[in-house]
Formats: sequence, C-alpha cells, structure tokens
Amino acid sequence: MPVITYRDALNQALAEEMERDDSVFLMGEEVAEYDGAYKVSKGLLEQFGERRIVDSPISELGFAGLGVGAAMVGLRPVIEFMTFNFSILALDQVINAAAKMYYMTGGQIPVPIVFRGPTGAALQLSAQHSQACETWYVHSPGIKLVTPGTPADAKGLLKASIRDNDPVAFMEGELLYNLKGEVPDPDDGDFVIPLGVADVKREGSDVTIVTHGKMVNEALRAAATLEKDGIEAEIVDLRTLRPLDVEAILRSVHKTNRAVYLEEGWPYVGIGSQIVSIIQEEAFDYLDAPVVRVTQADVPMPYAKNLEKIAKPDAARVVEACNRVLYRN
Amino acid sequence: MAQTSQAMDKALERFSREKLHAFMREMLLYRRFEEKAEEAYAIGKIGGFCHLHIGQEAVALGMIGPLRDDDYVITAYRDHTQALAKGMKPGPVMAELYGRDGGASRGKGGSMHIFGAKERFMGGHGIVGGQVPLAAGFGWAIRYREEDQVCVCFLGDAAVNQGAFHEALNMSAVWKLPVIYVVENNEYGMGTAFSRVSALPVVERGKGYGIPAHAVNGQDILETWAFMEDLVEEVRGGAGPQYVDARTYRFKGHSMSDPVSGTYRSKEEVREKTEGADPIRLLRERLFEAELMDQDELEALDREVREIVDEAAEFADASPFPDAAELYTHVYSEINEHGRLFFDGRDR
Amino acid sequence: MATKVHMEALSPTMEEGQIVKWMKAEGDAVSNGEVLAEIETDKATMELVARGEGVLRRILVQEGGTAPVGDVIALIAGEDEDVSEFEGGDAGESADEGEEEEAAEEAPKKGKKDDEEGDEEADEEGDEDDEEAGDDRAAAKEPASDGADDRRIKASPVARRLAEEKGIELARVEGTGPGGRIVKRDVEQAAKEGVPAAAAAAPDSDADYEDVPLSQMRKTIAKRLVESIGPVPHFFLTREIDMTRAVEARKRINAMLEDEGVRISFNDIVLKSTAMALARHPECNAHWGGDHVRRFNRVHLGVAVAIEDGLITPVVRDADRKGLRQIAAEVREMAGRAREKKLKPEEYTGATFSVSNLGMFGIDEFTAVINPPEAGILAVGGMVERAVVVEDELEVQTRMKITMSCDHRVIDGAQGARFLQTLAAILEEPLAALV
Repeated sequence: MPVITYRDALNQALAEEMERDDSVFLMGEEVAEYDGAYKVSKGLLEQFGERRIVDSPISELGFAGLGVGAAMVGLRPVIEFMTFNFSILALDQVINAAAKMYYMTGGQIPVPIVFRGPTGAALQLSAQHSQACETWYVHSPGIKLVTPGTPADAKGLLKASIRDNDPVAFMEGELLYNLKGEVPDPDDGDFVIPLGVADVKREGSDVTIVTHGKMVNEALRAAATLEKDGIEAEIVDLRTLRPLDVEAILRSVHKTNRAVYLEEGWPYVGIGSQIVSIIQEEAFDYLDAPVVRVTQADVPMPYAKNLEKIAKPDAARVVEACNRVLYRN
Repeated sequence: MAQTSQAMDKALERFSREKLHAFMREMLLYRRFEEKAEEAYAIGKIGGFCHLHIGQEAVALGMIGPLRDDDYVITAYRDHTQALAKGMKPGPVMAELYGRDGGASRGKGGSMHIFGAKERFMGGHGIVGGQVPLAAGFGWAIRYREEDQVCVCFLGDAAVNQGAFHEALNMSAVWKLPVIYVVENNEYGMGTAFSRVSALPVVERGKGYGIPAHAVNGQDILETWAFMEDLVEEVRGGAGPQYVDARTYRFKGHSMSDPVSGTYRSKEEVREKTEGADPIRLLRERLFEAELMDQDELEALDREVREIVDEAAEFADASPFPDAAELYTHVYSEINEHGRLFFDGRDR
Repeated sequence: MATKVHMEALSPTMEEGQIVKWMKAEGDAVSNGEVLAEIETDKATMELVARGEGVLRRILVQEGGTAPVGDVIALIAGEDEDVSEFEGGDAGESADEGEEEEAAEEAPKKGKKDDEEGDEEADEEGDEDDEEAGDDRAAAKEPASDGADDRRIKASPVARRLAEEKGIELARVEGTGPGGRIVKRDVEQAAKEGVPAAAAAAPDSDADYEDVPLSQMRKTIAKRLVESIGPVPHFFLTREIDMTRAVEARKRINAMLEDEGVRISFNDIVLKSTAMALARHPECNAHWGGDHVRRFNRVHLGVAVAIEDGLITPVVRDADRKGLRQIAAEVREMAGRAREKKLKPEEYTGATFSVSNLGMFGIDEFTAVINPPEAGILAVGGMVERAVVVEDELEVQTRMKITMSCDHRVIDGAQGARFLQTLAAILEEPLAALV
C-alpha cells in the first residue's frame, strides 16, 4: 500500500470527490493561488479552475454563511478554515444556520456542507491560535464532527463527509499534515470510511485509552511505554465524535474495565466529559476504577516553550493516568 | 377632473387595471393576514415572538412581485408577508404561526422561520444580519450553475451594522453575485432609531463595495414594483449585486410584546405615518381618483381576502399539533448507519 | 380459594414490618405453616408463615420494602386461579407495586403496562438485583432511620458484579484498591483461593460474627442431608458427665453467696460451662445461613424455659464472659417474666446456641430440637448417683447425661464431640475454668 502524508491524503480525497461530483467546490482563505495555507489544496486550482477552487476574503463569518447558502440550494461546499480557531468568528453561521436549518424548515432544506481545517495547537502559536474547537461544534445537534488522526482515516473520512447530506465539521491537525501512513491506492477503488465507526488502533487487555484526532498518536506513544511495564493498553480511536461509536467504547471497557480519555481540548465540558458520562451510564458494572481524563491544562495556551509543553496533554500524562486507573501508583 | 388626475398620475400608466386591482388585493391580503395573526396572538393561539409587517406591505409586494417563480427570496424574522408574496399559501403560513403540523415548517420554525423550499422562499431568519451571507450563497450557486435566477435578500435597517452584512456585500461585489439587497428601512431597530446608531443614512451604508445603491419610497407600490421590475432584469442580465434603501414604516410594535409607540417614538409620529403613509390608503386614493376602482370593488376585494384569511385561520386551527415523535425528526437529513447521533438517552 | 398474606403483628409493639427476605419465590408451592418470609419487626427478625395452601402467586412487597401491619404483602392461590381481583384493590397494595416498578426501572425490558410479564420479570430480576434494589428502596423510604448502610463495602462496579456471579461475599474479600476498595483482581484472587485464608486466620475480634463461605463439600453435605432427613439434618451426641466436683463446687459457692440470698442452680453451672466451651469451639457457636455458615465470636445462650402453654428461650448475652452470679440472676429474672409473658422480642431472639434442661422433671436424657438458624442445642438430663468403675474400683459418682443436637450442615460429628469433650472437662473439674 502506498505511504503518503496526511496532507496528500486530504488532497486526494478532495480531488477525487470534486472529480466525481461537480457540485463540490472548495472555498477558503489561500486555498487557490497559494495552494492552501498548509498546502492541502496544492494543485487543485490548476486541476479544477477558479470556479471550483476559490480564494475567499478574510471573512470567516461571511464565507461560512455563503457556503451554507450554497448548500441550502443544492451545492456541496467544502469550506476551509485556515484553522478552526478562526471559525469562532463563523459560529453564528455554523450553529444558527447550518446546524438548525433542516430542523427549523421542518425537513425542507438540508445543508450538505463540510467545514474543514486544523484544530488544536501546533507549536508556540500562543493563545488565539492554539485551541481545540471540537466542543464548540459537537455541542450542537444538527452537526456531525469528524476528527481523523491518520492519513488513511483522513482520506476515507473526508470523502464520506463530503458525501454526507448534513453539515460536517472535519477537524484536522497542523502537526498531522506531515504524518505519513499507508493509504490505499486510488487505483484500487473508492476508499471511503463510513462516519460513526471507531477504530481500535491498538489491542490491549489492561486499560482502554479512548481518544480522537491528533491525540491518537500520543496514545500510541503512551501504549509503547506502558508495554515495557507489562501493561497492554487498548486504543480506541473514535474517529468521528458525532455520530459516535458508543458500542466500540463499551466493548473495550467491558474487556479492560478501565478507561482513560485523552483529548487536546480543555477539560470543562470537553469531549471526555461526554464519553465518561456514557461509560458510567452504560458500562457501570464493568468498571474497576473511575474513568480519568487527560486534557490540556485548564488555561489559555501560553507562548513560552516550557509552559506550552506542560500545558499540553502528552504521552507521559497518559501513562500516569493509565497507572492511576490501574491502581499502580 | 378624473381624466386630468389620471393623466397627471403617470405612474399608473405602466400597469393595467387588473394589475392595479391585484396590487390592492395582495396588500389587503397581507394586512388582513397580519391582523388575524395579531388577533390569534391575543387569544394565545400564537406564542413566542411574532413580528407584524403592517405598514410595510408595498415593500414586500413591490420587491417580490416582479420576480420569477424560480428566483430566491430570503428575509429576517418579519417574514409572514414576504412568504405570501413569494407564493406561499396563507393556510400553511398561519398554521406555522400556530405551531401546527400543517405549518410550512411542520410547526418547528414558528413565526420567525417560515420556509417554502418549493416556492424558493428561503426563510425566515432570527439573527439580525444572519441571512445576508446565505443570500450571497444563493447568488453564488446561481453563478456556479451558470443560471439566470436572481436572489432578493431583505434585511432591516439595523442589520447594516452587522459584520455579516458587510462581509456578504463585499463578496457579492467581488464575485458579481446576482443578489439584490433590500433594506426595509423602517427607521427603528427594535426601539432604537437608526440615526442614533449610524453616522450615515441607510443608503450610504451599502456604498464602499462598488455596489449600486438605490433609494425608493417603500410606501408606494407603484414605485417599488416598477423599480424592481427594471432592476431585476438588469441583474438577470449580469449587472451584479444591488443595494436598495426601501423607506418604509412599521405601524405596529417591534413584536407583539412591544408597544406601538413609547419612549423611542411618539404617538403623534405613529399617527402621522399611519394616516399619511399607509401604502394601502395611498393606492386606494390614487385608484379612486383615477376612477380605476370604486368603493364597491374595494369592499369586494376586502371581503375576498378576509375570506381567505379566515380560511387560513381555520386551516391552522384544524391542523393537529405535531406528534411527539416529530421532536426527533429533521435534526439530520441523513441518519448514519453507524454510531450514535443523539445523546439525551431518551426513546425515539 | 386465594389466601391473602398479610403483614402480621410479629411483636407486641410492631406497627409495620420490613421484608428482609422472601423464603419463597413467586411460583413456588406453599403449604400451610411453611415459612414464607423473614420480617424485620421493630424489635427482631421474625418468620412469617403461610396460612394457606397453594402457590405463591404474587409478591406485592419486595425485599427491603415495608408494609403496615394488616396490609396484603403477597397472594397464595391455586396455580391457575385468577388473582387479578386481589390486585390493586387497596391503596396500600398499589402503592407498593408502584414502588416496585420504580425501583426496577433500570431493567431495560421493563414493560409499561403488562401484568402478564410481571411474573417473568420478577423472576429474572429476583436473584440478581433484589438485594441492591432493596437497599436503595429502604434507604429512600427511611433516610435517617438506619445507620447500617454506613458500613457499605467499597468495591468497584465490576468487582461487585463478578463477586455476585461467582457467589463470593464481598465482606470476605480484602480490597487492595485505593482506600481499601475491592477491585476486580481481588475478587478473582478470592475466587482462586476459595475461602480467603487471611480473613479466616485473623478474624476481627470486635465483630459479632464471621461468615464462612461454604466449600463445595459443605454445600453437598448440606444438600444431601436435607434431602435425607428434613429441613434441618440433625444428629445427636450423648455424653455422660461426672458431676461430683460440680456438686461440691456448687455447695461451696452457694455457701459463699448465702448472705446475699443468691442461689446458683446446677443449670446455671451447665450454662456457664457450655458458654465457655462454645467460646473455644466457634464452629459449634454458629448459624446456618443458607449460602454460608455464620460463626459467632460472642456467645449468646438461649435458655429454654417452660411456660404455661409452651416454651420460650430467653437469651443470656455474652454468657461466657459473665459470672455465675450474674447468669443466675438474669436467668431467674427472665424466666420469671417469661412466665408472665413479659419478655421483649430482643430478649428471646439472637441466641447463638441453646440449652434445654429437663433434669428437674426427672428426665434422664432426651434429645432437643434445634431452633434454626442455630446449629446446636444441648439437652441436659437429671443427675443421678451411680456406681462407676474408676481405675478397677467401684466409685459412687453424681452423673449427668447431656445430648447435643447438631445441624449437620454446620457441625460435623467430630466437631461436636470435641466441643462436648471440652464441656465435660469443665464440668468434671470446675477449677479448669481458672486455668
């Protein structure tokens, strides 16, 4: 199987879907002439022209709303936010328009749109450019949320997101774009991963690490450390947060009786809050220890390198949390 | 005398007698519909926010009437009469106000969210200025598909202070989108006079993007209709976005829960407008003067629309409340095969 | 003809009772006089017996639930008899049913309306959930009345579930989690080791008892013996004891106490000695608990007292730790009130072992019937002077025959015999008590 970067996997997915369906177009800041702030759309302008690869003004609220409008009348826009940090400007259009439209029209007008871009922190980008935005989006019914952590998932899930008939927030990671991994050859057929299916990235019997997005890779590092200690961690990568593969979480907790949620965002009403709630409600009799969360420190992201490092969740904290639920410290 | 007046009233010449009668009938329908809604609200059949369009009928009719069926209209929350003007039937609109299953949005939208996808009436939006980028999106889609429809986007005067408005206007200009932005300038954003929160008048606020700005007397149906008829053809022909300051006046309070007059505007001001600038009254006077309509004809038209409005109210009354199971429908248009979409733990 | 099972007044002051345990499940055959349930009265745990024949068709108040005296708490009827007319008849019944439904809400398949499914559901839920559900309900009903829940065992949810599946009592498992929480590995360890040795070797001396889980062999013995000779598989051990020294000791003690006007009876001496022997043989100072044997660390002796129309057994608590003078005084006082029927329930319940003495009626020896859940009772005969061969010579001794009835599910022959050996040694040489 070819090994390509996460960035190229996304590029392939966009190109394939645009090739397949003329109603798909990409709009956002720097997506056309500049080839994308993170080069995800490299070469697409050349391939599809400026009708379908569109540089927008720096108007997040405006072009997000324009995308929603276009989707309301049957196009399938892919709206790129340079990062989801900037999408906070656009939340009115995401929450009040996209998410609620189908409902408040009584089912007359669906909104098949994808909002995509990186979420979470990169390196030393400081407070306003370093936040995980999952909760903002997944909180609202009417939206679906996809968070791929590997190149293959990025490709298969972006294709599924574009084909989905509802608004999908598709959150990538700045530090993921160079990540390499095996992705099925386009010549071997259409590679689509359905939404709502979690993936066990590592099997284990002692403790379950549930996570999503970029943190999958941190979880894998933590599992490698734990393995040296004789602990087999199972990693459940949720991949999509809505629809959520609850069964996969419960299956693993039934097996290991212990769970840790790892996420990049803040703890208060973070994604982990929901997952913990589900576990205690639906797998109570299988728990051998309270479920523990590993999150970003409950502070805005600092700039200083040393402070940023300790603010972020990392493998060491995951190991610590696993040991805690294993009663090993 | 009558002959002279008619000759002097050039504006009338543009329209046939039938057309002029139709104007009267439509505006009467909007007026009677809103009065019925007011009555229903008072007896508790309609709840929540309910914003009446009384006094602004000539804007709705004049700006929407000249459009084709496949053109788009979108507006804010004062949306009942625009919906009727775009061809939606009074029954489902009234039933939506009543929150019934037979409502246009199945009772899920209410007064502020009337939608008619089939009629290309695109709502009904509750966040001031939120509909403006959506309109740009319709314009974008028209261009993308290389079609020749036009989109009319209504907004209140207060919405021109929103960022969404300016972002959308800029994009519309950059991409030459076929969208006509019509500001229903009724002078007040809720209880705040526009002049108190804007350094420039409404018509100036759309400038700066290279979009033609126009001002029309929104109380004169002959003017609004004629103006729009011409403008739509220009836009359809590729003239790009347009900005219209339609000067009008709201005869009622901001919503049903607000006073008609009060600290922000005096009784005298309201009386002066309702007597001197009522679009229906103005049309009647001109038609009567030109002997294009008499009192009997007017009363016949009024009886006709009252009947329609009564039927709409009966339709709404007879329509059942939405079934409890409807709570969970229409949240997603695609229920994915895998995974959980709802997290409240309730039965669905 | 259906029979309503009422909450009966099982103590003189009882106003309402709590169902501790249903001894019959819905669908079980019931005969007149059979024990249906254990009821916690205001004073003690009492048995409620059936007053009709048939099948226990409906349990209307679940374990842990309470009902005022006179309320219908169950129905006994023919297997196919229509009992619907008795259901929901009065407020008390329907209220209880409602409570039951609410408590069982977590059961996912719980129907909304159907009475027919009720039977099955009750059965399915019965064994697994009722204990916990019962606790919850009791707590909800009387939030401040009972401090017993403070002693809740800390265990992780999966440990609780596993322990239940494996039939392991959490109280017997040592928790190694934070704050002593019992976690999955502890239960698995306990299951592997059987009876946890650590807990058995170092019983909490302050505890009133210790529960010994049943070994497979013990379970088999229990089952087979019940099948062979009825609900309590008795066997009997008889021993003749030389009471010569005891007689002398009693004379001297009574002489000492003459001024106080106190007289010690032979029976008091037997009681004190029995209590001392039991303290050394906890395996005989025990109850049969159905799925476990409860061995007591304290000795509460039931003393059978004949009264006008029957028999009652006042209890001398901590008899092994009390002096003869106190035992004598308590027995005399309680026997007196027993004859006047003025004993409170707590004074005649809670014995760990009983003694019945018919010596004063000229009975040489007899067998007494065990008072469940106690596992043993001692039947004491009269004293006779007899010639006995001692070291090839005839000697006249005062002899007494005692017969111990043992519940074979709890006590094996050799265990009982060793206990009697200890008891005999004490009685034959009262000075041994000082050793």
